[in-house]
Amino acid sequence: MKFINDCKADATADLVYRVCPIHLLEPVDLIKDLKQGQILEILTDYDGALEDIPAWCAKNGQEFLGVGEDEDEDYYKLYIRKLH
Amino acid sequence: MRRVYLDHAAATPVRREVLEAMLPYFSERFGNPSAVYDLGSEIKDRLEEQRERVAQLIGAQRDEIVFTSSGAEANNLAIKGLALANLRKGRRIIVSAIEHHSVLNAARFLEKFHDFEATFLPVNGDGLVDPDRLYKCLTGEQPAALVSIQHASNEVGTIQNIQKLAAICREQGVFFHTDAVATVGQVPVDVKELQVDLLTLSGPALGGPKGVGALYFREKLRLVPQIHGGIQENGRRGGTENVPAIIGLGEAAVLAGQELTAKAGYLSGLRDQLVAGILERVPQVVYTGHPEQRLPGHASFCVEGIEGEALLFMLSRQGIYANTGSACASKALKTSPVLCALGIAPDLAQGSVVFTFNADNSEDDVNHVLNHFPPAVERLRSFSPIWRKKMAAVAGR
Repeated sequence: MKFINDCKADATADLVYRVCPIHLLEPVDLIKDLKQGQILEILTDYDGALEDIPAWCAKNGQEFLGVGEDEDEDYYKLYIRKLH
Repeated sequence: MRRVYLDHAAATPVRREVLEAMLPYFSERFGNPSAVYDLGSEIKDRLEEQRERVAQLIGAQRDEIVFTSSGAEANNLAIKGLALANLRKGRRIIVSAIEHHSVLNAARFLEKFHDFEATFLPVNGDGLVDPDRLYKCLTGEQPAALVSIQHASNEVGTIQNIQKLAAICREQGVFFHTDAVATVGQVPVDVKELQVDLLTLSGPALGGPKGVGALYFREKLRLVPQIHGGIQENGRRGGTENVPAIIGLGEAAVLAGQELTAKAGYLSGLRDQLVAGILERVPQVVYTGHPEQRLPGHASFCVEGIEGEALLFMLSRQGIYANTGSACASKALKTSPVLCALGIAPDLAQGSVVFTFNADNSEDDVNHVLNHFPPAVERLRSFSPIWRKKMAAVAGR
């Protein structure tokens, strides 16, 4: 798993406490509205997202930047850069 | 026999326009909104239209509405869902002493299973929460995560000063929920004006069907789902949506918005006629709740020397249908906790009777009640040893 610090996002999908597979649906909608090169931040408490989001990026040709290192929060922050 | 139904807070007929809008969704438009083919996606589009209609009625955004199976479920999602999503804000919840059971028992659930402390705020004799008391409660040692105070009581009709109470909570950084089941569709309700974070409404109270409600939650608020399932309601509430009922709720919301002002004026006219008539004709009756700041179609009384259930029975024999105000307490023959919270003596609270109108009621209905209510009370009092003893004492015998 890649970890990153201080990643500035252009949009955020707050999916904390929202059930699976919402983490694979809402980000897809949000990324459509971003420009090439912009970054989407995904907030989720779902452990499965740590595998699902990188796999989705690989399958769909988007760049998975990594997981934010923020130990104060009880949810994950995942970052995707839109490539196309 | 003439039938005069004045228990619309308990149940009210589904409006014809609402029923007609719902019917196709039981048969030809039966698709599952989560299905990917057009029979499903068309239904999903219709659901989103209803979300927009409900949002418009209360001045909210479409994405701030989650559909539920009832007002009670929406209250549970608000109380438990918000408190559990915000444990860092503290394990304390404050609710008024006269909330619906779905709020009171959700607060007790948090106490019992999640180590919360629940504070039950008292009300004054009119049923109002004192803003200063709320402020003192919030500035105490233990921080609160959420305050929940109903917009209006279906038992005594009092409308709270929600804007003021919510503003105090906002200043203190505490979330505020209001159960507006009794008010949405009866008086203007705007979530932005009220400054509430969460608000509950229910289908039947709007002339919609039973089995549907909705929770408004301010954009970006997190809620822990209380029904775990799939991605319905954007992952906030599992279970295939009750499509016909949601269609009905949306239709009812549009009609309620169009008719609100005229309806409120009409209902308060009927209410005032009934209140004046009863107080004039029957001695030893207390008009409960706030005399002015109350629901337009709501008149509640405590009649000394009788049992409310007995009075309901007598009235029903004349085709008049009313309520004692608290179905649960009434069935258990228990004194209403709401009336006790208003400081009404338990023996007087036993004589509770509540009339709730809708737009189908007329002045003739009120006159029918005024013709039959006084003799029913008089007859019941004639059987009552307590009443006879009291009258004897008054007469000095």
